[in-house]
Order: sequence, then C-alpha cells, then structure tokens
Amino acid sequence: MNFQLILQTIINGIQLSSFYALLAIGLSLVFGVAGIANLAHGEFYMLGAYVVWLFYNLRGLNFFAAVLLAMLLVGGLGIVIERGIFKPLRGNVLGVAIISVGLLFILQVLVGQIWGLGYPKRVDDPIMGALHIYGVTIGWQRVIIISASVFLLSMLWLFLQRTKLGRAIRASALDSEAASLQGISINRSATFAMGIGSALTGAAGALMSPTVAVHPYMGHMALLIALIVVIVGGVGNLKGTVLTAVLFGFLYTVITTFLDAVIANIASVLFMVLLLAIKPGGLAEHGT
Amino acid sequence: MGRNFLRPVIGLTALAIILIALPFIITRYYVDLSIVFFAHIILAVSFRLITTTGDFSLAHVPLMGMGAYASALISKYFGWPFWLALPLAALASTFVGLIMLYPLLRMKAFAFFIGSYAIGEALRLSWIRIGIFGGHRGISGIPHPSISFLGFRTINFSGVLPYYFLALAITVLCLLIIYRLDRSRVTDIFKAIHEEDSLVRSVGINVTAYRILAFEVGTFFAGISGVLLAHHFGHIDPHQFNLTTGLYLLIWVVVGGYATFAGPIIGVTFFTLLGELMRPLGAWMPLVYGIILIISLLFLPEGLESLPERMSPLLKKMGIRDRRT
Repeated sequence: MNFQLILQTIINGIQLSSFYALLAIGLSLVFGVAGIANLAHGEFYMLGAYVVWLFYNLRGLNFFAAVLLAMLLVGGLGIVIERGIFKPLRGNVLGVAIISVGLLFILQVLVGQIWGLGYPKRVDDPIMGALHIYGVTIGWQRVIIISASVFLLSMLWLFLQRTKLGRAIRASALDSEAASLQGISINRSATFAMGIGSALTGAAGALMSPTVAVHPYMGHMALLIALIVVIVGGVGNLKGTVLTAVLFGFLYTVITTFLDAVIANIASVLFMVLLLAIKPGGLAEHGT
Repeated sequence: MGRNFLRPVIGLTALAIILIALPFIITRYYVDLSIVFFAHIILAVSFRLITTTGDFSLAHVPLMGMGAYASALISKYFGWPFWLALPLAALASTFVGLIMLYPLLRMKAFAFFIGSYAIGEALRLSWIRIGIFGGHRGISGIPHPSISFLGFRTINFSGVLPYYFLALAITVLCLLIIYRLDRSRVTDIFKAIHEEDSLVRSVGINVTAYRILAFEVGTFFAGISGVLLAHHFGHIDPHQFNLTTGLYLLIWVVVGGYATFAGPIIGVTFFTLLGELMRPLGAWMPLVYGIILIISLLFLPEGLESLPERMSPLLKKMGIRDRRT
C-alpha cells in the first residue's frame, strides 16, 4: 500500500462523509423538531437530482442556479407535504413513517412515468477535469460537493444558533411543551424544519447528480444511508449526525477501496446494529 | 345460542366449498394467483402476530426469503423431500430471526422498525454476495414437491391443481394455529406489552421472552410462506424480498387493520382484488397503493376492518330516518 492510495482514500472519505452529512442532516432535523420520520427522504434526494437533470442538462441553466432551484422546489414540496399529510398524524412517529411510505410510492411512480424508466439519466459535469495534487486525482465535482456541503452545513449551524427562528426550532426539538409555553409555535417550527430539511436533502441529490446514475429508484440506498447515520448519531442530534456521517463515510470508503461495495453496505449495517446493541440511544443522547 | 353457534359454521362451510370448487372453475392464471394469495395471507397474518407486541418488523420479508432460500437449497442440492424441507426451512428462518433479535430486542417501536429494516437488508445483501445463494440471479429450477408414502406410492404436486390444494391445506393449518394463539392468554400479554411494557414487567412477566416468542412464531410462519412461494415459482432471487415487498406487506396490514385477526386477511384480499381490477394501470399501480395508504391513515386509521363499525351509526341514522318517513 502506498502513500498515494492512502491519500486518495482519505480524500474519497472526506467527499463521501460530506455527502452523507448533507443527506442525513435534513432527516435528523425534521425528526428532532417534529417527530417526522420521513421514509420518502430518499425520494426527496432523487427529486433534487432530477431537477438538476431537467434544468441544467436539458434546459441549459447554470449548474449552481439549478442546485438552488432544486433546493427551493424540494423545500417547497416538503412544506406542502408537512402541512397536508404529516400534520394530522403528528405525535405518532410510526404512523407518520407509514404514511410517508405512501408518498414514497407516489413520487417514484410519478417520476418514473413522467420522465421514463429506461436508461438512467446522465448529468454532465459542470466543470470538466480534475485537480492533481501529489499524484492524487480529485474530480472537480468532488471539490464542489465537499465545499458546498461544508458551506450549507455551516449556514444551517449559523441559522440555528444566531437567528430567532433557529433558536425557536432548537427549542421545539428540545422540549416541545416547554417551547410552546414560551410562545413558540410548534406548527411553525415543524413547517420550517421540514422546509429546510427537505431543501438540504434536495441539495444533496442535486450536487451528487453528475457522479451517480439518476433514476427513480436511486432513493433506496440514500434512505438506508440516511437512516443509519441519523439513528447512530442519535435522532435529532445534528452534531451526532455529522460525526456519524464522517465515521460511516470513511468506513464505507475504506471497505469499498479494499473489498467491494456490497460488503461495504453489509458492514455499515452490521456496524450500526452493533453500535445500537451497545448503546441503544445512539452515539450521543438528545440535544441539537 | 344455537343460532350464534350455527352462523360461523355455515359461513365456514360455504367458504370451504367455494375454495375447493374454485380451482375447477377459474382459469390457470387465477389458480396461480390464488396460490400466491394464500402465501401472502400467511405472511400478513404472521406479520400482524408480531405487531401485537408493538414490534413492526421490516425484516419479515427477508426472513420469508430465508425460508424460500433454505427450502430451495435443501430440495435442490440435498434432494430431500418437501415435507422435510418445509419445517426445516421454517426453522432456518426462525434461527436467523433469533440471531437478528439479539440487537433488535434492545430497540422499541420506531427504532425497532428501522433496525429491523437495516438488519433485514443486511441478510438480503448477503444473498447477493455469498456464492451458494446464486447472487443477483438467485436460484432456479426449484423442484415441485412430491410426497411418497413409505416409498411405494407417490403424490406428485407438480401440477397446478394439486399444488393449489397443498397450499390451501398448509394455509388453513397455519391460520388455525395462529388463530388459536390469537385467542389464548398469550396474545393478551402481547397486547399488554404493546400498551404498557413497564407495567407488564412490574407484575413479574418477562417482557423480553414474550417479544421473542411473538417474533419467532411469526418468523416461523413467514418461512413457511416463503417455502410455498419458492416451490410455486420454481425460481427465487434477492430482488423479490426487497424493501418494496416489505412496504407492500406493511400497506396490506395497515390498510386492512391490525387490531384483530381478520384485519390482515381483509387487507390482502382487498389489495389482491384491487390489483386484478387495476391491472390495466400497470406501472401506475404503486401510486394507487400510495394514495389508498395515505387516505386510509388519514380517514380510517383503524383499517378496513373498522369500516362496518364506523358505518353503523350512519346506517342507524339512516334507518331511523326511514322509520320516520
């Protein structure tokens, strides 16, 4: 094993970790604030990728504008869905999870029927070529994914720490009853959390779209990853989610590099089950 | 009282006559469909048995697959007869389920739901990766069952009609066993665990033991369901037992209702009939499933089984109005 391979694996690990964090953070936020376990999360990711394919690849919109559009559209959809079908079942975690299964099927079929099942869609790289440092190759798309994820996650952190609305959302996550006694509207917190969470998930799909095959069922694997990261990190715990994303990002990269992807998936799942068997509450207890 | 006793007897006799006469009337396609329907009934009823303790297991379909794979391997490579393969395969499911339970028992409610999905997916992925399970292509050429008495008289179930009756007999037997269990004191304890597990624990009942019991009995029958499907299709692959199938199972049981024994049977029957009516929709079908699930959870949270109860005040109102006019 040489130095270049190690460095390359580390870079790949960082890229995958930042993607995992961006993918899972929305699920964790929504779960923590509103008790919504959205199993259609993978489909939101898929929609983000489709928006980029539709507007960047077919309509020739600027890639970053398309990513922004994906965030707006998927975030908007999240708000509509929260208001329309999750709200009546709030408080019943399993009920919301099951109703989101219906949503999962609806979105998959709609996308498959409107834009076709056939071959997966390909999204072109916005910046061709790669960065070469010390004999290590980093595709520009990977650089974009890493920097955009770090930027978006920092923006989320600033928003939650520094703004009044962000603090209200955190308060709702900590103790919804006490928060509502302070005059914080849980409904408003839940809607905003769902909007922001969905937008970030859409961004994850949009940013990843040039590096993956875009098809209606791409959400399955994304959902599994997001659930693993969120559950191990402790539901609603954003710091835990990011840390777990790094842990599993590196675990997956190392196993994929030296063995193969199926084993990496099995290992990730078994690792999660092992961690849960030791610490049922996840790596960290509640707290945003 | 005689009348109360007579009514279910008449109903069941009628049902038995219909089910026995049915394969001679309907076409081959519908006989095939009925066999799959029977397997799904066992699957849904055993799934609902586990839910009585509050554990919604998404590992149920992969564990059904475990039964299917075990039976396929036993009958194809060892050449052992069906009547031996059936219980052995169901026990294989039970055994794998027991291993899964070790971490799963530490989880409750929603965590259990997600944990069971993840660990079931690990089982399914291992079939893709481990050579003997045939990878993505799975296992083909699973022999049709045949039963021989002391080696000189053989009943061959290779025809679709004999297999129909075999599946029917196994299904009736499974339902009888689960029904007896559902009527017993054990199920009361299961339900009590669902309601208030700390209270149940405080009166000296071993909650973990009862959760294991519910899960393992359910898994045994899931294994049997898998065996029926494997020998019917003659082919199995990991794709058949993926999340989508598990979510369909969840939809059948949730829309049918899981409070009583009849709920999942109503659910499977409803969706099987619906699937046939809506066959022209083809690929749009999951969308219909999704819409029905959402409407059902929003407006009929106790499932289709609660429909008569919900309708009765309405009907009574109409009845009173009728008398007035």
